[in-house]
Amino acid sequence: MHNIGFDVAHLLAGSMLALSFVLLYQDRITAVLNVFALQAIALSLSVAWQAYIQEAPHLLITAVIALVLKGFVIPTALHRIVRRLGIHRQIDEVIGAGPTMLFGLGLVALSILLVLPVGQNVSLLAREDLAFALAVILLGLLMMITRYNAVTQIIGFMSLENGLVLAATGAKGMPLVVEISVAFSVLIAFIVFGIFVFRIRERFDTVDVGALDQFRGERRDQT
Amino acid sequence: MISSVSLSSALAFIAELWTRVPVTPLQAVLLGPAAAVILLAIIPWYRFSAFLNVLASGLTFFAGASLLFDPRYRTDILIVDDFNVYLVILTTFVAFTTSIFSASYIGHEIETGRLTPRLLRYYHPLYQAMIGAMNVALVANNVGLLWVGLEVATLTTVMMVGIYRTPEAVEAAWKYFILGSVGIALAFFGTILVYLVAQEVLGEGLPAMAWDSMLKEASRFDPKLLSLAFVFLLVGYGTKVGLAPFHAWLPDAHAEGPTPISAVLSGLLLNVALYALLRFKMILAANTATINAGLVLIVLGLISLIFAGFMLYRRRDIKRLFAYSSIEHMGVITFAFGMGGPLANFAGLLHMTMHSLTKSAIFFAVGHIAQVKGTQRIADIKGLSASHPVLAVGLALGVIAIAGLPPFGVFTSEFMLLSSTFARQPLLAVAVVFGLVLAFGALILRLSDVLFGEPSGPPGKVKATYAPLFLHLALVLAAGLWLPEPVVRWFRTVAAQLG
Repeated sequence: MHNIGFDVAHLLAGSMLALSFVLLYQDRITAVLNVFALQAIALSLSVAWQAYIQEAPHLLITAVIALVLKGFVIPTALHRIVRRLGIHRQIDEVIGAGPTMLFGLGLVALSILLVLPVGQNVSLLAREDLAFALAVILLGLLMMITRYNAVTQIIGFMSLENGLVLAATGAKGMPLVVEISVAFSVLIAFIVFGIFVFRIRERFDTVDVGALDQFRGERRDQT
Repeated sequence: MISSVSLSSALAFIAELWTRVPVTPLQAVLLGPAAAVILLAIIPWYRFSAFLNVLASGLTFFAGASLLFDPRYRTDILIVDDFNVYLVILTTFVAFTTSIFSASYIGHEIETGRLTPRLLRYYHPLYQAMIGAMNVALVANNVGLLWVGLEVATLTTVMMVGIYRTPEAVEAAWKYFILGSVGIALAFFGTILVYLVAQEVLGEGLPAMAWDSMLKEASRFDPKLLSLAFVFLLVGYGTKVGLAPFHAWLPDAHAEGPTPISAVLSGLLLNVALYALLRFKMILAANTATINAGLVLIVLGLISLIFAGFMLYRRRDIKRLFAYSSIEHMGVITFAFGMGGPLANFAGLLHMTMHSLTKSAIFFAVGHIAQVKGTQRIADIKGLSASHPVLAVGLALGVIAIAGLPPFGVFTSEFMLLSSTFARQPLLAVAVVFGLVLAFGALILRLSDVLFGEPSGPPGKVKATYAPLFLHLALVLAAGLWLPEPVVRWFRTVAAQLG
């Protein structure tokens, strides 16, 4: 049952997961953006491969959207924003790289344990894809939690959406409605995030989300 | 006799009206807001667009109510059944009354300079987009479309919460956005899992995402994978409902956004998210080998209820206070649906309606109060009964209703829930009573000074529209005194459907 289709799908999904780990320990924003672009390219290859083995050409649209939008347009735009704001220096981490990586490994183990044993009727390929996708999603969450910086939180969120697209395309024959909507929502997410980055900049001269914490609504009463 | 004749002729006239227009009520519910979004995005004058916003919301409500004429419809994409038609009517109604409140609220904010026409440019299109998205979520049969509707509704409210651009508002919107997106991402993963389960039985393509065909075949689904899917959906949509461990975004978003948005968040969006969760709970209930979804809902509901009950005591901001009260009531509703059975489901449905009407009425009152007093701090708002008697009466009635005192409708639903729970699980009923009493005490403690203390602050004149506020309260009172027979029958059918 192990054929070339299975192996290549495995390789591509696996490389996405590996890139998720690489995202976790970057300490410069520009590097984070580059790794994210790489992950988006891996995603688009993976989706294209799924289109080929499932004989579902409409998935190619999703692949192209992922490649153009998340592989090039968004990283380029974010590069420009980062340069203009002058924040391409170090990222503040809540937790150090070592513990974060260990925690990430735990999350990968968790997603494999969750997804692989259930649903014996679903094809092994779909289940392994799901396990990979869930791992990418959880690592994206981890990245959003361990970084204070607004731009890296955006990247964490979009990396999480990469995992979602991987899962959606791995599910054989899932209607196109959903794929378009995912691509669409990424676009909206970007617009919203863009607005926020600028508003945060306007107010605080920083994109460090930690600076927002002192404005917790309840606390201002005590002053 | 005469009134029934004129009523039936009016109904005949409305039915006649719909045959003349080229759209069905269902299409109008979806296309109306969409057209309004485009129109409002073009029009730059805020006074006119506020008026247009009211008009569009009113038409959508009319279309929603007209769904009653022909309440059965299904394709693989859209569905209208007894369950969602009642929520569509509730949603479009509260959206309509809130748009009236919003017009007077926004007018005041412009006068005082807290908002500028530039900031308001996209407020009205976003409002319509939110209504449209909630309607899409409600009438979706395709569970992917349901997800899209909720996601769009979330994004539009995020943008509206941040509209004041104060540091607090930006932080609240940011927090709401991050937590909301994470929730919605997990819900999407759950949706994919549900599709995977369904496509083994129903085959690939659209039918495997249609809720009603899934429900029919649910007993043949793989129970383990279905249970796993429900866990993701529960955490995902549960975040949007504001259930206790996932509620962190809710108080901030309510307190820092404009008050009309607090009203629709509490009154509508939480309901729609809970509706999504219930649809999936029904699928799980149809498959006996899955985890007990009811038990999970009971636990989460109780945690939310009691946690919010305690948190109410420490609130200093009046909108935050009522945001926690929303968490409390969503807990009650979730608990009711978790208990299941005809009576508890009936209570849950009724409580959903009553809470949404009452809480939006309270936010209407609170919005005007915060405007005349110029603050949301409870300690700075005192003696309303002396300075602004009409608002004080409105707020007092709202608080009496939401605290669950007779003769208001919230009392009816809570009483039904408690009596059905006492009969089946007395210990759980004790826990619910404890939570309700806790919240009751907090509301009285916090708000007695607001209503009856020494008057403080500027005795500014109110330029408010009281109509939406008292209309909602009248409805809640009427439901508490007497529920019309057709409504009861209808709730019974839906309650039986919910299992």
